[in-house]
Amino acid sequence: MFDAIVNGLSGLGAGLVEMHWSNPVMIAVGGLLLYLAIKKDVEPLLLIPIGFGAILINIPLAGLMEEEGFLRTIYNMGVANELFPLLIFIGIGAMTDFGPLLEDPKIFLLGAAGQFGMFLTLGLALLFGFSKLDSVAIGVIGACDGPTAIYVTSKFAPHLLGAVSVAAYSYMSLVPVIQPPIMRLLTTEKERTIVMDTGDTKPVSKEARIAFPIVITVIGGLIAPKGLPLLATIMLGNLMRESGVVGRLAKASENEIANVVTLLLGISIGATMDGRLFLKGETLLILAFGFLAICLDTVCGVLFGKLMNLVTGGKINPLIGAAGISAYPMAARVAQREGLKYNKFNFLLMHAIGANTGGQVGSVMAAAIMLSVLQGMGLVP
Amino acid sequence: MGNLEFGLTMIVVGMGGTMIVLGLFAVLMALLKKVFPNREDEAAE
Repeated sequence: MFDAIVNGLSGLGAGLVEMHWSNPVMIAVGGLLLYLAIKKDVEPLLLIPIGFGAILINIPLAGLMEEEGFLRTIYNMGVANELFPLLIFIGIGAMTDFGPLLEDPKIFLLGAAGQFGMFLTLGLALLFGFSKLDSVAIGVIGACDGPTAIYVTSKFAPHLLGAVSVAAYSYMSLVPVIQPPIMRLLTTEKERTIVMDTGDTKPVSKEARIAFPIVITVIGGLIAPKGLPLLATIMLGNLMRESGVVGRLAKASENEIANVVTLLLGISIGATMDGRLFLKGETLLILAFGFLAICLDTVCGVLFGKLMNLVTGGKINPLIGAAGISAYPMAARVAQREGLKYNKFNFLLMHAIGANTGGQVGSVMAAAIMLSVLQGMGLVP
Repeated sequence: MGNLEFGLTMIVVGMGGTMIVLGLFAVLMALLKKVFPNREDEAAE
């Protein structure tokens, strides 16, 4: 009887006995993510479930990520098969107005330049000894697009999912801090004061708005079929929005579905942050590369904006080049704010929004091209 | 395939491919606007 009581008591507090040094550190990291989300308003929708998931997974013996564990069930349900990021993309498509981009289609090119950081960072990660597929996952942080980063990483480097996701979402929210010094460094005061003309842009017809997602899906899918799920889901959401006949589906996609999936996605990502696997020098390097990727995106975007300024005879304000990334609408607001600092009557917002939505399509297309090139090389099935 | 070859291929094809495809999209959008003009524009013309 006494033995039974002792054995029974030994089960209590077993988690404490089994704790590895990395577990309390990661519980503190989870706490830090919660602090950033709650007190500093840094991507709270994602960082609260991620932070809480990180805390849960670092409590030993709970078995949450074992075969029957509830976090493993959620992970298998939507992260391992890449379903969750795709569902979020439908919501993003449903809430994005591509109108400003369609009004001035040449702005699309800024959305391409804003993705160059992805590829340059991929090259740097290879130089630092990461494997090819790990480098692809690290580079894709530069898409400044959480769902794309999660989609690619869960497909090719699931062991890096926690680090890549945290880097992608954290830096995305730090865009207003990261971008302005680079924008100022690369532009002259004269360039920053350029007022962009809106006279030659015309409103787009409803038919063109409806045709846009269909054409982009078909052409983009034919060019880079491996990335079709990414492109198709964002365009499906946008088609529902622009068609105007499935308001309930569009609203559900951008609200209920996106909210539920965000919760499940966040907690699953947190569940990959087991201290024994997460606390490595590699993780710090990934965080550093993520920062670099976003800086390089900004550099390439602004430089391409300068080139477009040259080609158009001074009609483009290079500041909007920085908005050619996918962080929507933060990057556009940053361009608008910087423009206003140097000319109180310079309203760049609509142009920057155009570049920003171009960056959303650009990030998806860049990832699609990346995946299709990998397939072409025979590195992925 | 070595890392150097892989990295350079991804950089060249990736950056070039993204730019070309988005350039193509821009052209397609301009065409779409021509095929489906805004009715107010048509009326004005």
